[in-house]
Amino acid sequence: MGFPATDLGAIWLTLRLAAATTVLLFVIGTPIAWWLANTRSWWKAPLGAVVAMPLVLPPTVLGFYLLVAMGPHGPIGQLTQFIGLGLLPFTFWGLVVGSVIYSMPFVVQPIQNAIESVGSRPLEVAATLRAGPWDAFWTVLVPLARSGFITAGILGFAHTVGEFGLVLMIGGNIPEVTRVVSVQIYDHVEALEYVEAHWLAGSMVLFSFLTLLALHVFNPTWRGRK
Amino acid sequence: MSSPAGIRARFKLDYPGFAFDVDLELPGRGVTAVFGPSGSGKTTLLRCVAGLLRVPAGHLTVNGETWQEGSHFQPTHRRPLGYVFQEASLFPHLTVRGNLDYGMKRVPVAERKVSLDRAIGLLGIGHLLDRKPEGLSGGERQRVAIARALLTSPRLLLLDEPLAALDLARKQEILPYLERLHDELEIPVLYVSHAPDEVARLADHLVVLEAGGAVAAGPMVETLARLDLPIRLGEDAGVVLEGTIAERDERWQLARVDCSGTDFWVREGGHAPGHAVRVRILARDVSIALNRATDSSILNIIPAEVIELREEAHPAQVLVKLKLGATPVLARVTRRSVDALGLVPGRQVYAQIKAVALIA
Repeated sequence: MGFPATDLGAIWLTLRLAAATTVLLFVIGTPIAWWLANTRSWWKAPLGAVVAMPLVLPPTVLGFYLLVAMGPHGPIGQLTQFIGLGLLPFTFWGLVVGSVIYSMPFVVQPIQNAIESVGSRPLEVAATLRAGPWDAFWTVLVPLARSGFITAGILGFAHTVGEFGLVLMIGGNIPEVTRVVSVQIYDHVEALEYVEAHWLAGSMVLFSFLTLLALHVFNPTWRGRK
Repeated sequence: MSSPAGIRARFKLDYPGFAFDVDLELPGRGVTAVFGPSGSGKTTLLRCVAGLLRVPAGHLTVNGETWQEGSHFQPTHRRPLGYVFQEASLFPHLTVRGNLDYGMKRVPVAERKVSLDRAIGLLGIGHLLDRKPEGLSGGERQRVAIARALLTSPRLLLLDEPLAALDLARKQEILPYLERLHDELEIPVLYVSHAPDEVARLADHLVVLEAGGAVAAGPMVETLARLDLPIRLGEDAGVVLEGTIAERDERWQLARVDCSGTDFWVREGGHAPGHAVRVRILARDVSIALNRATDSSILNIIPAEVIELREEAHPAQVLVKLKLGATPVLARVTRRSVDALGLVPGRQVYAQIKAVALIA
């Protein structure tokens, strides 16, 4: 026996959600990580704390506030309505917004650590060799901080796959739109479909194991050397 | 106000606990050593010149080009300079060849003056090209870093204690390469160092920094011979002179060095006649006599004129500046001897030089 069509739909949706979230997190998280790694501003500690907050907040709390903010009377909701996007709750892109915030620390922190461990010297060297900041970012920082970027990508993707409470709060349980794997498992258990629940839950265990294995494999040996 | 040739640098910085204020006019060619103790601002000066540190009210022109003036600030990557850092700064993710190419390929072909083959030959790194930096010795890494900087065809080369992280044997390995740079390339060099032997061997011009300010700047021979701030290159005040090997005495294993008309006998160093060398004479190795001693073991007894005297920290001692023809030399004698011999400016004497060190 394999996965029924509804399960496959949930898996596909989950993968799309995690992929979109990871891509967006690289785009948004890298500048934040860069700023946190280099700033001496008073704002470093507060902003760092805000980015890390999803680590300790119950996902339901985050989901609740996002639901309110993205709702018809919330600031984000008013903005999305104003620019013609409609309302985000109970849509795929609403889930993406929630996931980006929820998984932010898992992407920002590895990149920030990697940028800090590379230090400013290699970029200064690149500047004395005529490389502008953008050029140096791609040809020096990204290769040297590679393991941090890989770790960030794997953790951001995996953490998004594993979310549950936030999805229930802002996505509900709409097949093909917001019903991700973790919600589907919940439904199976509610309906006493233990065999189906085993298949999906077992897949998640395997996925998590492979993810953590990948983290070790992709940590290049030169890391930590001077 | 900028003179067409030369480097004009004015920087002022106020950090808590460190004030940096220099106003320098340096020659646009040759090696200028920036000498001084740790914390005197040597690296700060170099970082300001490179544009790695932005001083709001700074001014910098290099051989007619303005790099910083008022609100105009050319960022580092637009300044035609080469920079060699104190510690190995090769990119670990690139091979030696990749490191050399990194700077070179960012310089337009028409502006490339130093070819890859030339740089590889000058620094002797042809056999390392396919290696990764982690497999190189400290000395090899610095040679690659110097070649990498040269390949950007810089109009100013900045060397920040490039030998400081190396042991004595590695230093001896690199110094000849730096001398070749000095002799063969026309690129002006700012060489930061606190090592007297490097300065004595390489520098033409000397800037002495102390506590964030320049206490002396000028051609090396004259600057070292100044009495008002005897600069200790190592354990003692002294002068460094440039000359050429005039003659070799095979029997006694000696060589005669001609320093702008004044001859010194030194221990043979294996150099052929005509070879350019430098000698160092420390003040404590020079004594003064009124008559030429004919029964002395000292080889170098040379007629001299007393130019200036200055008391030293210990009241028993006096530092005397002598001129041997056109060549300045410092002598340290006791105050009693000054009195006994009647040493005053203008007095004709004999300088008895016990040791002349051949340093390059």
